[in-house]
Amino acid sequence: MAQVTLNKVRKVYPNGAEALEPSTFTIPDGELCVLVGPSGCGKSTMLRMVAGLEDVTEGEISIGDRVVNDIDPADRNIAMVFQNYALYPHMTVARNMGYGLKNRGMDKGQIAEKVREAAQMLNLTEFLDRKPSQLSGGQRQRVAMGRAIVREPDLFLFDEPLSNLDAKLRNQMRIEIRALQRRLGTTAMYVTHDQVEAMTMADRIIVLSNGHIEQIGTPAEIYSNPASTFVAAFMGAPPMNLLNAEAGQGRVTLPGGEIVPQAGVNGHAGAVTVGIRPEDVMPSPQGDLTFNVDIIEELGAQRLLHGQMAGQAFSVAVPKDQEAATGEMRLALKPGAVHLFDADEGRRLG
Amino acid sequence: MKRAAFGHIGFPILLLLPQLAIIAIFFYWPAAYAVESSFYLQDPFGFGETFVGFDNYTRLTNSTNYINALNFTVVFTLLVTFFSLGIALLLAVKADKVIRGAKTYRTLLMWVYAIAPPVAGLIGVMLFDQSRGTITQVLASFGYDFRLGVNYWDTAAAMITVSVWKQIPVNFIFFLSGLQAIPRSVREAAMIDNRSGTSRFWDITFPLLAPTGFFLLIINITYSLFDTFGIVDTIVKGEPGNNPLTLVYRVYVDGFRGGDLGGSSAQSVVLMILVLILTIVQFRFLERRIHYT
Ligand SMILES: Nc1ncnc2c1ncn2[C@@H]1O[C@H](COP(=O)(O)OP(=O)(O)O)[C@@H](O)[C@H]1O
Ligand SMILES: [Mg+2]
Repeated sequence: MAQVTLNKVRKVYPNGAEALEPSTFTIPDGELCVLVGPSGCGKSTMLRMVAGLEDVTEGEISIGDRVVNDIDPADRNIAMVFQNYALYPHMTVARNMGYGLKNRGMDKGQIAEKVREAAQMLNLTEFLDRKPSQLSGGQRQRVAMGRAIVREPDLFLFDEPLSNLDAKLRNQMRIEIRALQRRLGTTAMYVTHDQVEAMTMADRIIVLSNGHIEQIGTPAEIYSNPASTFVAAFMGAPPMNLLNAEAGQGRVTLPGGEIVPQAGVNGHAGAVTVGIRPEDVMPSPQGDLTFNVDIIEELGAQRLLHGQMAGQAFSVAVPKDQEAATGEMRLALKPGAVHLFDADEGRRLG
Repeated sequence: MKRAAFGHIGFPILLLLPQLAIIAIFFYWPAAYAVESSFYLQDPFGFGETFVGFDNYTRLTNSTNYINALNFTVVFTLLVTFFSLGIALLLAVKADKVIRGAKTYRTLLMWVYAIAPPVAGLIGVMLFDQSRGTITQVLASFGYDFRLGVNYWDTAAAMITVSVWKQIPVNFIFFLSGLQAIPRSVREAAMIDNRSGTSRFWDITFPLLAPTGFFLLIINITYSLFDTFGIVDTIVKGEPGNNPLTLVYRVYVDGFRGGDLGGSSAQSVVLMILVLILTIVQFRFLERRIHYT
């Protein structure tokens, strides 16, 4: 068990590309921390530096109270689960799981015992003598998990471990991984580009964009207080509506002249971006905002109304029992619905 | 998929005919003729032939020349195969570390393969040349008097060196693509599981290269046995003398230089059987070949 600390860690690839700007954070012992962001934002780079598979250009990485920059991956006491599982194709499931232990000089009986335990935990007992090619995707995923568990590492590293599974299996494995990590109490870093995975699994989320950390926080914090328009748009489904507006004279005005209620401007003047989540508005005849519905999308539990507000794209989520029709309607805001961002930088205001 | 339909069976056969004719004229007919001649004793001056049964074959087992060539060929094949595979694997492993995915390097490295065996033999002969050869001079500076075509061991060493040198590129290319086909993440998983690079190589990389390796083993044995003819010929210049000869070259020397067509044919038949065995081994392996996916 260990906490993980990155201190001004930076990565520049030999071709000169800066994949990660200097980043600093700590993951407390036993937490599952999700690194989330669009493809190419530097998630894998960060994870691979922690694993020791990639050199650190600048800064320090510590696992527990040991700086690991110059420590061999095999000596970091970590376990990694890869997107394509990275099982050894020529070894049986049992040998795949035991390989790391064997190299640490553990004796055969003990290895067999540990492998059996892990296999039991993951329902793999009957597959121990099979080769990876004789397993389904989900089973391979479990073997990869098993290989990580038997090592009893200080830290689990997951790089998009569920991306190759179908949606149903993905949901199931998500819950299983989460439960397993809780049970073992092992610190984990989990990389994904899927914000649903991030929101549902994480104790703490690190949102990355273009090689820099946009925000670190619990799922609730990230959802209710996105630090930038990037986080606002990336986290949450359907994504937050972002509208261009003007701040001045203590209020925020949409292009058509409608005033956005609740918006405190903190003395800010000029162009701003107003963020409103689709689920934070409700149709109401007394509402302050005009919304033109173009399309209605049925999702079962709820309905998404897509259309225009002040000439800009806007979506509203309404519960399934609420009537909806295309055309003009008025919207009222739930308390705390308005997020205000700087129009240039996208940083949160206030 | 659309199936090509021919109105009549005659047309496809007509299309195949040139190919079939070439195979028949240049392969089956000479092969059948060799089998036939191996049971006859030909008059060296072309005046008839006598049926001698298996005499030509028993004569082979008693011929010191043939036994010597057989022994040399076995050693030659083992050494050429071992060194050309070993060196190529070593180079491929080193290159793989540097050039993951860089195609230009691979093409450059492949060029040596485009050299025809006699040319490779010639270059080799030049390197080992008695008066001007670079290697001869280097050896002389160490006090060793290298005598190509005169000293049996020197000639053998030159043959082996040139043959190995000629075969390394093709092995290298296959090994390199084999190495690059191993997923990066599998190697990385192994890096986390095992500190020692050497032991990772033997535990993970080598077994995953085994299919490539076996395929190359057969290719290299065939190469050493047969395709080195040009190299041997350039080095011994048709003068067997006291020089080491491979079995294939012996066929040529005995048949065309010695005029012993019957004995030469018997030798060819022995080699044909060898090729047949190698082919069967290879096909059986390919059938059972494990596909890692
Ligand atoms: N070996 C490499 N050499 C050069 N650039 C790389 C290398 N690996 C990744 N990159 C670049 O670094 C950036 C981050 O990559 P990565 O960490 O893999 O992103 P993610 O995992 O978030 O999709 C990308 O722009 C990618 O092109
Ligand atoms: Mg990635």
